[in-house]
Amino acid sequence: MQAEEIVGSRLTNQSLSRWLHSLPGVDKVGLEARAASLATRSIKTTSKVWGLDMAIKMMDLTTLEGMDTPQRVRSLCQKAMTPDMDDPECPTPAAICVYGDMVPHAKAALGKSKIHVAAVATAFPSGRASMKVKLQDTKDAVAFGADEIDMVIDRGAFLSGNYLEVFKQIQAVKQACQRPKGKPAHLKVILETGELQTYDNIRRASYLAMLAGADFIKTSTGKVTVNATLPITLLMLEAVRDWFDQTGELIGVKPAGGIRTAKDALRYLVVVKETAGERWLTPELFRFGASSLLNDVLMQRKKLLTKTYLGPDYVSVD
Amino acid sequence: MRLDVKKTYKLFIAGKFPRSESGRSYQVKDSKANHVANVALASRKDVRDAVQAARAAQPGWAGASAYNRGQVLYRIAEMLEGRREQFVSEISSLTGKTQKQADAEVSAAIDSWVWHAGWTDKIDSVAGSMNPVAGPYFNISTNQPTGVVGAFAPQGSALVGFVNTIAPAIVSGNTVVVVTSEHLSLPALTLGEVLATSDLPGGVVNVLSGKEAELSSWLVGHMDVNAVDLEGTSNPTELEISAANTVKRVIRPGTYPREGAKGNLQHILDLMEVKTVWHPKGH
Repeated sequence: MQAEEIVGSRLTNQSLSRWLHSLPGVDKVGLEARAASLATRSIKTTSKVWGLDMAIKMMDLTTLEGMDTPQRVRSLCQKAMTPDMDDPECPTPAAICVYGDMVPHAKAALGKSKIHVAAVATAFPSGRASMKVKLQDTKDAVAFGADEIDMVIDRGAFLSGNYLEVFKQIQAVKQACQRPKGKPAHLKVILETGELQTYDNIRRASYLAMLAGADFIKTSTGKVTVNATLPITLLMLEAVRDWFDQTGELIGVKPAGGIRTAKDALRYLVVVKETAGERWLTPELFRFGASSLLNDVLMQRKKLLTKTYLGPDYVSVD
Repeated sequence: MRLDVKKTYKLFIAGKFPRSESGRSYQVKDSKANHVANVALASRKDVRDAVQAARAAQPGWAGASAYNRGQVLYRIAEMLEGRREQFVSEISSLTGKTQKQADAEVSAAIDSWVWHAGWTDKIDSVAGSMNPVAGPYFNISTNQPTGVVGAFAPQGSALVGFVNTIAPAIVSGNTVVVVTSEHLSLPALTLGEVLATSDLPGGVVNVLSGKEAELSSWLVGHMDVNAVDLEGTSNPTELEISAANTVKRVIRPGTYPREGAKGNLQHILDLMEVKTVWHPKGH
């Protein structure tokens, strides 16, 4: 469906504004209570094994540090390809998420494996650069062979009500994800929910990103104080569910930042199932952006298989 | 007429007094089989939480100066002295000992804390060594705490056996997860209140009351535990085999007496690792 068709008129900042502000307001208390009640659900035995394996398959194993080196990226790729050296049946993460300049190293290390390489782009994490720089950043990563691009929106423009500008930027980056030959890179749009101030804004930003052609909407960069939370993820899952009902397009959701334990991951899976439905319980439509989560899931997984508690000395330090 | 306010006996994990994660409890009876109190019945998840707390507390406790650890252990003795009556009444009620015998047991427990408090800064003076080597080096062996100790207090002792199980572990900078005697657990749980008010950092001693047979395989098999004291266990051979999977240090039941007012230096050393360093002599 075309954006104009959905908004119902020619795209101007005014019409976009009117459309976004006509979305129903978020019931803060209800949303948080719903998330809290889903978080109490207990997942045991075979469901737990399934959930842990799914959490690994949905993981974007991430390293986004100023001190990243090609060696560190290579060792992370090794870990992604062989998460548990004692168990060849252990599933592998969906992708490795790195800065753009590390894409060639990740690509080389992953070789023929099916694990994708995701690159953050558009002056991540702040997004404060000229459009020219943001697009070049994206094109570089795509040229290096990134399978997925994680872009940040211009929060300054969004918060000052300049929705058309944000829309145009997302569209332009989407264009930059095209390849002359082969499949375009998947576009994940980071809303940086921790900076959007209100739930209403998060709902609006989700719709704006989906309207502009996002394949995924992602909560956070992991670089601000408030990152992914259960209520925010629930809210975004509602948005993709309603979007699908309206347009027939399937959009993914990626919470990122602050998800560290297997227990957290299982809570997110419950929220996915109960909000968007089972269709979203796949790495194609739901991802975790995380770095330390994998070790905890591996420890839990091993505990279920061996009936012995592991210590952190028995999983790799990355 | 007023009703007595009865105490709820709870676990002691990470410096806090939680109920069992499982929500379970069991009845503790006195020597005449009368119900005395309901006590939290620890589960494997309490073991998990306790080990996590012990691991988190370990570097800080080992990093405290030996002198400071000695002060804290001595403080435990002081606090125990102040609550002597409560312990005497709990011990005599559970074991059927006379007031005088129970009082002697509390005295032994207090003296054992003082004995251990004195050792904190003397272990290396006695057990460390300067080794002769053929070269211009100092070669020094020192004793370091092994880490997290999982311990099972003797089933037949209410207080002094419990003290003589935890004190040798923490004196050197280990942290401990200890399972009390199942039927004589009240003084051990009350000791948790003493520990909590003795400047002992939270998580250094974690006290679980419950069934040894239910918890032992989880605690002994836990891969983040460095040593186990099997004194109060019923199937030590199986547990020793399980401990071997992760090369844990093991103290077998009956190795050290637990009833006395003194400990044993070898008991302390059994829960330590020898570290040897070379250092060039400056000429």
